[in-house]
Amino acid sequence: MRVVIAEDAVLLREGLVGLLERFGHTVVASVGDAPGLLAAVAEHRPEAVVTDVRMPPGFTDEGLRAALELRGRHPELAVLVLSQYVEQTYAAELLDSGAGAGVGYLLKDRIGDVREFVDALDRVAAGGTVVDPEVVRQLLRRRRDPLDRLTPREQEVLGLIAEGRTNASIAKELFVTEAAVAKHIANIFAKLDLPPAADGHRRVLAVLAYLRQG
Amino acid sequence: MLNRTALEALTLRPVPFLRSAWPWRCAAYLMASVVPGAVIGVAAAVTQALPEPLLYVAGPVVLVVSLLPVARFERLRLLLVDGVPLPEVPDRRRREAGLALMTLLALWWIDLLMVGFTVVGPVLLILTPLVQPEVTPEVGGAASVAGVLLLPVAAYTVTAWGGARGAVVRTILAPQGSELSEVLRSRARLVDAFEMERRRIERDLHDGAQQRLVALSMTLGMARLDLAEDSEAGRLVGLAHDEAKQALAELRELIRGVHSPILTDRGLAAAVRDVAGRSPVPIGVDVEVGRLPAPVEVTAYYVVSEALANLAKHSRATKGSVTGRVRRGTLVVEVSDDGVGGADPAKGSGLTGLADRLAVVEGRLSLSSPIGGPTLLRVEIPCA
Repeated sequence: MRVVIAEDAVLLREGLVGLLERFGHTVVASVGDAPGLLAAVAEHRPEAVVTDVRMPPGFTDEGLRAALELRGRHPELAVLVLSQYVEQTYAAELLDSGAGAGVGYLLKDRIGDVREFVDALDRVAAGGTVVDPEVVRQLLRRRRDPLDRLTPREQEVLGLIAEGRTNASIAKELFVTEAAVAKHIANIFAKLDLPPAADGHRRVLAVLAYLRQG
Repeated sequence: MLNRTALEALTLRPVPFLRSAWPWRCAAYLMASVVPGAVIGVAAAVTQALPEPLLYVAGPVVLVVSLLPVARFERLRLLLVDGVPLPEVPDRRRREAGLALMTLLALWWIDLLMVGFTVVGPVLLILTPLVQPEVTPEVGGAASVAGVLLLPVAAYTVTAWGGARGAVVRTILAPQGSELSEVLRSRARLVDAFEMERRRIERDLHDGAQQRLVALSMTLGMARLDLAEDSEAGRLVGLAHDEAKQALAELRELIRGVHSPILTDRGLAAAVRDVAGRSPVPIGVDVEVGRLPAPVEVTAYYVVSEALANLAKHSRATKGSVTGRVRRGTLVVEVSDDGVGGADPAKGSGLTGLADRLAVVEGRLSLSSPIGGPTLLRVEIPCA
């Protein structure tokens, strides 16, 4: 997969390049600021972008704004945003773009879990949605209603769905059968009033519904 | 020197006072009234010399033209009796003009009369044998002794009038309350400096330690891939990796405590949503305000963070809410909960800290928290 990386800390940027190449991806460009990111995407037409939120020149949310702009311009481009801190507003803005398909919002801490980080990027590139477990944890803690109706196990499953996991992966994580996972998910959809008529993105919608209520 | 004005010097014990420079400074201060007196003299002379129609115009013109220099002179000579710097006031020009007019019309001749009676009188008495040779030596000697005895009295009188006059001038140039507002301004500057320092620390941690820890954690994660989980090296690297991740998580919370990046990026509404989202007690957020001046945003955010922390710690509430609106140029933020109430500013330092912080931006805090609840904290901050 052809990837563009935007990260202003040189140490980290070079590390990311090495990491992704080790897992067989091609980093076509690595840049240090938001204008550079926009230019690199225009030039190289990558399949995925990994970007920091806070970048030069203003050191506020330039990276996020650039990501949103790229989502608008290239709906097929997968975008994984790395953030130094949990910020639901940012996550919600990002997931709102393109109905949450092919997009991810992760804490930078997750880069350390190398394999999971690369998996997350792959899921985003495959059109999936990845939300940092920390964001999900906060949402679950805050929303008593209607998430109150979910059992602790169902909340756990919803958290893993938000991470973009498949049923098989969730089953493995929780040491249960896939059938059990499917049953939990059906319960979640029912409790959250997500009708079966909705398409395969119901998993994403379940997460989005709660992020958007902000 | 502890005594910084002539009036304060009067409270010294007699000997140190008489030996100090204050009587001399006051005498010099009063003698300086020769200068405005001369201005009046010049104005009079000019007026005299002119023919009839011009005469009525020229006198007032000379007076008006001299107002600014005379005011400057008053400011300067005030240093003789008052070492405390004058604060800046907004209507300075108007005040100076008033003082100059007062000096030209009244103060200068009162000063000179004062010096005349208190200083020149005793000096003449002392010199009686010289200036009045016709009196008998006894009378002359007695007069001289009386003059010498009157000198310390003169020192007190001159200092008292000089000090009082200085106090009047200070009051005119910088009315009461202006020093208070100067204190408020310096306090606001302190808070600003403190806030900038917090932002700098946050930025340094973010750009330095945090980035390095992420890089370290990534490197350890890569090393882990190459090592067998059950090997000794693999186990140790795994431990180091977990430690690094733990340090990152702690650093993230620390940075958030130092300064909220979201507040800077997105303003009060987003930052309040963020802090409410972290509360263990569910908090409804209804804040509809645009971007506000930075000190207002920072203060309001600080108040909400503190209030929500208190709410979580003490209120035993099952839910709470934060509302925020701007009404007629004033930000009104209300934090309420359904807890047990009984919050008392006298008991905790938290609430008084909030009030202090609000005072800097001229905000107001009101609290209703009867025993048994509910608690409502209301904060108003002018946004102008």
